[in-house]
Amino acid sequence: MSLQVNDLRVYYRTLAGDVRALDGVTFSIAEGEIMGLAGESGCGKSTLGKALTHFDSRMRYVGGDVVLDDEPLPIMDSDAMDEFRFWSVSIIPQYAMSAMNPTRKIGKMIADLLESRGEDAAAMRPEIERRIELVGLQRDVLDRYPIELSGGMKQRVVMVIATLLNPSLLIADEITSALDVSTQKAVAETLIEFRDRQLVRTMIVITHDMSILAQVADTITVMYAGKLAEKAATDVIIGAPKHPYTRLLISSLPEVGVRYADKRLTGIPGNPPQLLDPPLGCRFQARCPLADAQCREEPPFVEVEPAHFVACWKVS
Amino acid sequence: MLTLDHVSKIYKVGTFGGTDLAAVKDVSFSVDAGQVVSLIGESGSGKTTIGRMILRLTQATRGTITFDGQDVAKLPRRGYYRLVQGVFQDPFSSYNPIFKADHVFGMIRSVYFRGMPNAEWDARVEAALEAVGLDPDQVLHKYPHQLSGGQLQRLLIARALLLDIRMLVADEIISMLDASTRIDVLNLLGDLKARGLGILFITHDLSLGYYSSQRTLILLRGQIVEMGATEKVYGNPTHPYTKMLIASVPLLHKKWRQVEQELETTAAPAADACTYHALQPELRGDGASAPARPALVEVEEDHFVGCIRPYVKGAC
Repeated sequence: MSLQVNDLRVYYRTLAGDVRALDGVTFSIAEGEIMGLAGESGCGKSTLGKALTHFDSRMRYVGGDVVLDDEPLPIMDSDAMDEFRFWSVSIIPQYAMSAMNPTRKIGKMIADLLESRGEDAAAMRPEIERRIELVGLQRDVLDRYPIELSGGMKQRVVMVIATLLNPSLLIADEITSALDVSTQKAVAETLIEFRDRQLVRTMIVITHDMSILAQVADTITVMYAGKLAEKAATDVIIGAPKHPYTRLLISSLPEVGVRYADKRLTGIPGNPPQLLDPPLGCRFQARCPLADAQCREEPPFVEVEPAHFVACWKVS
Repeated sequence: MLTLDHVSKIYKVGTFGGTDLAAVKDVSFSVDAGQVVSLIGESGSGKTTIGRMILRLTQATRGTITFDGQDVAKLPRRGYYRLVQGVFQDPFSSYNPIFKADHVFGMIRSVYFRGMPNAEWDARVEAALEAVGLDPDQVLHKYPHQLSGGQLQRLLIARALLLDIRMLVADEIISMLDASTRIDVLNLLGDLKARGLGILFITHDLSLGYYSSQRTLILLRGQIVEMGATEKVYGNPTHPYTKMLIASVPLLHKKWRQVEQELETTAAPAADACTYHALQPELRGDGASAPARPALVEVEEDHFVGCIRPYVKGAC
């Protein structure tokens, strides 16, 4: 068992009160697993990624624990996390395009970063060059400034930086969203390559794009309004989802081969609830066609079939 | 209805505008009433520039754009915007947050329907909202932050409908919307088409283009490389760039490797594998700038392809 997250709660402090962005999340990831984390904007997927690596100033730890490779991760304590960041957990942030220092050449910037962690940058240079080539770039990008690179190239450089110290857990937050389709494919395939070469042992790939997850993920976890809705193997989530939200979501996705004239897809009416004061019970009940009185109680996130977890009273 | 005839847009860049940058090169196509045409291109392909030229937000450097045979550059602006309107990518920044969202309707009224009695105007607003599937009680007299992205985007389309437009330029209108609501906006394009509107649907997403359009244009570096009936362009892609795009789209039910094998795109395209020149051998070697050279040749009925030169360096 590589990563175990137990009843994690992280809220955002605002003047109006706490926004419950992550409200009791429990899951585990196996060794070598690429877990896709899908959900709409505001469902808490990026908060989960940030909670596992680096709390920003507005985030407040409320409860729960995280165990990585049998060692508890002190996520609530930013200083204590310094020992784990980059070595054990690492993140490719959502805006990797602007994550690099524009005044430094890329090679120099990487060397600075490594030295700040007490690593010998000169000795690692051959390895850096090897990895730059592994992601499909020329090694001379190390002598260039970030401005000279395209978005996809920058994304891949940040990927190399984030994984240089071979972390056991890598979080990739919306790394393909801002890219063109052809670069998107190259970057997504690099993720699998990193796992297959064991540079990274487990991964959480956060995206709103279900079809990217269908290509790269081993399992998919679907979040809705700060809670987990469903987790199962990729084929199961795509082919035979059980949670009403997942089912409606999957059936609303257009793909090449589906046309308006032949098969009219429908969206999900309504909006996700406000997390400032979320409704009691199942958070999808207001939009759910199956909802009844029972849904006013909170459904547990239970294993309904081997390795298939669902939080819904209507699924037994 | 709307026709672009050899339209080019050249930007002056560099110190003192010494360098020419061709954002759009020799583009010709037309959009008929009751037709959704999708214009597909990656970032920097010039797709938005084409939309802006049609909406007269920027002027074409060469070529003409005509609406019902009249040069749009010579039509009075006010009259032209009664017929042609645009909706853009970011619904959140299209509104002034100080005013209520329906202020955009009031602006239309003050310019175009000054003398209209209130009852008649209200009926008009109601009809427009009904056409975009919005409930007036839910969206009128609300501030932009109280509405979802999908609702805001549909309000903007309703605003365009108040004018009895005949053509809509929809530039990436659903890229910023969540999966569960975007399909409703996409379906709306189909409904508007049924009402006889011509729609130019500009997108980078091939699955959205396939779902909603009858004709597809593939744009690369400002040039159309393939154009035709949607099922022909997707079913029998001829240009190597189109093939690459189709092979890169992440699908839910098919892995990338499988699509690559079906399309045989794994090998780099050969420099002499140009369908355009195979069909028009007499045009070989006369250079891209030859004035009489047609931009596209017909491969089958209603399916045209361009030279591979914009995609394969040094070809032809």
